[in-house]
Amino acid sequence: MAEVSVGHDHAHDDPGFFTRWFCSTNHKDIGILYLWTAGFFGLVAIIFSMMMRAELMYPGVQFMTDAAGAPDGQQWNVAITAHGILMMFFVLIPGLFGGFGNYFMPLMIGAPDMAFPRLNNLSYWLFTAGGTLACISAFVDGGSGVGWVLYAPLSTSGSPTMATDLAIFAVHLSGASSILGAINIITTFLNMRAPGMSLFKVPLFPWSIFVTALLILLALPVLAGAITMLLMDRNFSTAFFDPAGGGDPILYQHLLWFFGHPEVYIIIVPAFGIVSHVISTFSNKPVFGYLGMVWAMIGIGLLGFVVWAHHMYTSGIKVDTQAYFMLATMVIAVPTGIKIFSWIATMWGGSLRFDTPMLFAIGFIFLFTLGGVTGIVLSQAGVDRALHDTYYVVAHFHYVMSIGAAMGLFAGMYYWIGKMSGRQYPEFWGKVHFWSMFIGVNITFFPQHFLGFQGMPRRYMDYSEAFAGWNFISSIGAFISGASFLLFIGIVFYTIIAGRRLEANYWGHGADTLEWTLPSPPPAHTFETLPVISDDVIKYHDYTLGGGDVDLNPSDK
Amino acid sequence: MAHAKNHDYHIVNPSIWPFVGAISALVMLIGAVVWMRDGSPIFALLGLVGVLIVMYCWWADVVKEAQGSTDHTPVVQIGLRYGFILFIISEVMFFVAWFWSFFRYALFTQPETAEFAAGGSFPPEGIHAFNPWALPFINTLILLLSGCTLTAAHHYLIEMRENDGVVSETRKKVFQLLAVTCILGAIFLICQALEYAEAYHEGLTLQSTYYGASFFMATGFHGFHVLVGTIFLIVCLIRVGKGHFTAERHIGFEAAAWYWHFVDVVWLFLFAAIYIGSATFFQVGAH
Repeated sequence: MAEVSVGHDHAHDDPGFFTRWFCSTNHKDIGILYLWTAGFFGLVAIIFSMMMRAELMYPGVQFMTDAAGAPDGQQWNVAITAHGILMMFFVLIPGLFGGFGNYFMPLMIGAPDMAFPRLNNLSYWLFTAGGTLACISAFVDGGSGVGWVLYAPLSTSGSPTMATDLAIFAVHLSGASSILGAINIITTFLNMRAPGMSLFKVPLFPWSIFVTALLILLALPVLAGAITMLLMDRNFSTAFFDPAGGGDPILYQHLLWFFGHPEVYIIIVPAFGIVSHVISTFSNKPVFGYLGMVWAMIGIGLLGFVVWAHHMYTSGIKVDTQAYFMLATMVIAVPTGIKIFSWIATMWGGSLRFDTPMLFAIGFIFLFTLGGVTGIVLSQAGVDRALHDTYYVVAHFHYVMSIGAAMGLFAGMYYWIGKMSGRQYPEFWGKVHFWSMFIGVNITFFPQHFLGFQGMPRRYMDYSEAFAGWNFISSIGAFISGASFLLFIGIVFYTIIAGRRLEANYWGHGADTLEWTLPSPPPAHTFETLPVISDDVIKYHDYTLGGGDVDLNPSDK
Repeated sequence: MAHAKNHDYHIVNPSIWPFVGAISALVMLIGAVVWMRDGSPIFALLGLVGVLIVMYCWWADVVKEAQGSTDHTPVVQIGLRYGFILFIISEVMFFVAWFWSFFRYALFTQPETAEFAAGGSFPPEGIHAFNPWALPFINTLILLLSGCTLTAAHHYLIEMRENDGVVSETRKKVFQLLAVTCILGAIFLICQALEYAEAYHEGLTLQSTYYGASFFMATGFHGFHVLVGTIFLIVCLIRVGKGHFTAERHIGFEAAAWYWHFVDVVWLFLFAAIYIGSATFFQVGAH
């Protein structure tokens, strides 16, 4: 084999610390970096949410006061802004799309690395730079308190300090990072699938990452334009959104939500992919309705681009427009239903094992379905008149896409942490984490439906005493889920230091995608000889196993 | 050699440039905020210099890989093409935002929606649309011509046959036509600058209502893309001179050509909507 390697420098196979983690061109190392950094920003974002729930625990303003003890709403506004921007742009997308997408998408399609390894590293470092800016924006000059949506005119004439400029640039960097990542992922998916792996033999997780990448490619640049207009309005006195110059603040909402609705699917679709694999593995059955699952993801992605104004029913758009967006939004329930029923059908009749990843996957289905159902309620323009900007909306989107996506993220973590680290997590503590988080988030967000129906508006630091009861319970739930995240951090450190060492396919029969043919953890360079996918069985020619074709599922024969 | 690579994909060696590039971008943006707040421009410019240095060094590495070794196998070349097409698609979506902002005002200032719009006239009162058949039309012709010269250069390039070290006549033609394309790009930018000067002279500024904002940002970002495209073509010109391209392999040239045609098409839409539209079919109210 010596002759084929001529011209390729293998001096870097065992790089030093700086070269390995700062100059990386290895998709696995970059995936790990993404996960750690997203975890760090996640901790910061969770601290902000704990601050908010502590303040909301009782009526009146207890903590967010200025030096004289008077209520200081800016502190509250900064907390919701930082929580939103960090969670949306710097935790969930980088964790699911950047972290797992980088690490496992190439492995599952049998590619040796990403198509553009240096670009991949640039995506990671731009994301880190953006997250740094987002954190800075919460602390300098009074902080940015405009909400993650950055609505004009609050984000233009309403927030004169430099903190909001920094927040806008943070989103710019995140956008650049995501677009470059999407270009990389799409090229890898289209160009680097293993021989024999035609499009509809690709496992569902790479498909989900591919669909996500397409959404990012088409949606993020529009946001980049929109926030550039904000920046111009703020600093160069343009009138894009300024009625004094004939501008229209609603235009910003259209541009923002044209990105913002696909953004919701950018966050949740990778979780679809993870959950499909976890449920298949722990049901010991192939995924039910593979083709339907793929087309449902594509359909959800396409529909995501034509429903944006359902976020704007109360902004004064025409009734005809509302009727269209209402109808289009309800259509999304069809492909979503295909996915949920297919997951249930996958479990149906399977030999189920309830290990931690499976618990999180089922938790995902529960939360996602519940949030989806309240989404149908909110899609009615008439009903939304009453519920818009109430806690009902807060409960809805945290169920369907925030905690839903987080459940998918944790399912992936427990499913793959053994593959990434070579060590298994402690099963008992994993289950404790699941139950504490599942119970915690439901106690947090379920009562918020009631608060919304009672008319409690979102984005306020104080509320009428009539809302005190459910707010108290909601805060208790938030503290339980906050504690469960600390437990998760402990589990991760325990696992990578002292976890039980693992073989290649530690989930056994049922885990049948290509990453399970590799040792745990995989070597730096994988698939240096490409796996060949035959019609009904995945065969893998593996140098680490001494060569020869390895049949993953001998009992299928 | 236990880890012998046995496939055609490019496993890239570690590189410092992404890390330095991201740090430079961070410095540039923080510096830009300081600058916009009437502080010193020094950090923004330092960051910008860093970004430019990284671009140069990084792409120099790519050129080296393309020339010096067997890294760019056919399958890797396909990947590079995919990547560049996807980049152009993302650029198209970026321009969607600017056209969206223009159309929102152009279309919804019509008489039946006048209650939502400033004064019910378009362009707004006091703003006179350019005559599209003066400088803007000349610019359109310049860009279309540059597309022709570029395509001609490409045709000569794929016809190019040369023996080792001998510069062929066709390569000289490629060089000349590409040089003409770059010059046309530069002329376009000069005309655009003249037009901006005229606009400011007549009182249409970036701050003149939403119209000034939409007009200058949409055409300004287009002009920036022409600048980038021209630099891209100049790099190709240098590489033609150095004999980097062959009839079979010239992805850098193809990418530059695709980019140039993209910039060209964006201009046609700008010309039709913003220039002709503002002067004729979008016009509402007394002008």
